[in-house]
Amino acid sequence: MSEKTIGQKTSRRGFLTSALAAGGSVAVAGAANAVDDPAITSIQPWAQELGEGVDASPYGMPSPFESEVKRRNVEWLTADTVSSINFTPLHDLDGIITPNGLCFERHHAGVAEVDPAEYRLMINGLVERELVFTLEDLMRFPRENRIYFLECAANSGMEWRGAQLNGCQFTHGMIHNVMYTGVPLRYLLETAGVKPDGKWLLMEGADASGMSRSLPMEKALDDCLIAFKMNGEALRAEQGYPVRMVVPGWEGNMWIKWLRRIEVGDQPWHHREETSKYTDLLADGQARRFTWEMDAKSVITNPSPQAPILHKSGPTVLTGVAWSGRGTIPRVDVTLDGGKNWHQARISGPSLDKSMHRFYFEFDWDGKPLLLQSRAHDSTGYVQPTKAQLRNARGTNSIYHNNAIQTWHVNDQGVAENVEIS
Amino acid sequence: PQNTGFALGRVALPEEVAAWDQDVRPDGKGLPAGKGDVLTGEEIFADSCAMCHGDFGEGVGRWPVLAGGVDTLDSERPVKTIGSYWPYLSTVYDYINRAMPFGNARSLAPDEIYAITAYLLYVNDLVEEDFELSKENFTEVKLPNEGNFFPDDRLEVEYPLFSAEVCMSDCKDSVEITGRAAIVDVTPDDVAAREAREAAAAEIQAS
Repeated sequence: MSEKTIGQKTSRRGFLTSALAAGGSVAVAGAANAVDDPAITSIQPWAQELGEGVDASPYGMPSPFESEVKRRNVEWLTADTVSSINFTPLHDLDGIITPNGLCFERHHAGVAEVDPAEYRLMINGLVERELVFTLEDLMRFPRENRIYFLECAANSGMEWRGAQLNGCQFTHGMIHNVMYTGVPLRYLLETAGVKPDGKWLLMEGADASGMSRSLPMEKALDDCLIAFKMNGEALRAEQGYPVRMVVPGWEGNMWIKWLRRIEVGDQPWHHREETSKYTDLLADGQARRFTWEMDAKSVITNPSPQAPILHKSGPTVLTGVAWSGRGTIPRVDVTLDGGKNWHQARISGPSLDKSMHRFYFEFDWDGKPLLLQSRAHDSTGYVQPTKAQLRNARGTNSIYHNNAIQTWHVNDQGVAENVEIS
Repeated sequence: PQNTGFALGRVALPEEVAAWDQDVRPDGKGLPAGKGDVLTGEEIFADSCAMCHGDFGEGVGRWPVLAGGVDTLDSERPVKTIGSYWPYLSTVYDYINRAMPFGNARSLAPDEIYAITAYLLYVNDLVEEDFELSKENFTEVKLPNEGNFFPDDRLEVEYPLFSAEVCMSDCKDSVEITGRAAIVDVTPDDVAAREAREAAAAEIQAS
């Protein structure tokens, strides 16, 4: 058994019925097992022997039984692994916070290993004072704590032409959602003193790709953070240690890691990552640029191709995540029949601006095939579109910003598959 | 509270700013003094770039294609290169200086980057082979696709389409599956995870 416990054989033979009662269904628990359960009647080693002491694991790791809960990559997507992507195992997670070690990675020249003692952040350009900050300097500014999703602009990009990858880890896993501790960018800009014609920022990373993006001043002064903590601890190296940009609601490429410099200017720079890349080609050959916001989106994480239903019928939990770069998610609808009928899901946990939301829909599965979809509504009134709607609007060559409704087909064995439907 | 800055950090020295501020903009701001011609660029490209990008920018294996693709942007399979897609030549200079050669970034001198940029214009059929690119004539070069980018208009174009009242019941008479990922079968799969799923399915069938 490599991953999940797949129930006791004996309990599967348990007799399960459900009786429709007025206003709902009543599940009746299984009858007694014919054979007693050795998990109960035999003494298990952990109930008898001593376990490890408190000195065994100074920095704890997940249970070995959870070894399949991990980031995965798709070899054929990119020419090499240092300018590449891996995927968060959304199907194995719950709630809204992504554990640091499972946050997807996207690098353009691999992970920069930056010595914090040698870390410097420069602000230059159209400012009264061109400045250099050490990490210690940054830690002396007032801090904020905010939970935000970071979604790669290319998340779901492989699905534009059709159903391609079989699992929400691969179709939707270029996303994570963590609590950042950081300094509002405006404090640094105020300290440097932005000149009146300073309308744009260039953000630049210290890694060998020198990742750079242009940012309008309005956004910089609004809610951007210079972050040095995620989920309470220092940023992971692969997430930009010691300092990264946080650009809430906007495409992940702009969240510059290993941030080393911010330049203030009077116009955008039109660098490679906002011309050749992160521009959205439409069907007529024209391309949108500066498509910063991530539109409202959702996906059902269970059941899904990597997370089949492991029981024959009866009480079943459907769950997933929803998010919008333009606000909160007041409502998520789900369908079990491919969109003939929809139900409002239940959102559990905090509903925060530009953060992931967790939704649930509990239902009694009759053991027959399902066509599952989720449809997010954001606080601006925007409703997550179908793939057909998005293709009608943009064609199939945009690469980025695919926020279309995802369909999973669940067969009578509980096995799910990525499909498209009429 | 209104913050008017904090007494933190120190003034950056001019040589420190010069060391890090090397970015180039479409109007030529940031370009260093220097020049390079197509034939010099061809030699440097052969030594430092061609192993990934091909002798003529055609791309080796899965490495990026830098030339060609003209008139493909509205086709089924667009080929997006410097000549067919990129709006500004400044991005070519800036990006080579910033990130190339892959694995040995920031190793080229300004004259070498001018020469490579001239060669990339040549393999994209935008200049003759005797062309020399310099700081002085740089902004005279216009790339063909400059006019085909426009600012994000999703709020005007898409929001009205995607903010209508939604149907909740009896929305369709029938539903057909029109595409399946399993038929494509390109998903990486953990053997252990797959075996566990198959075992679970078999167990369900057997029970």
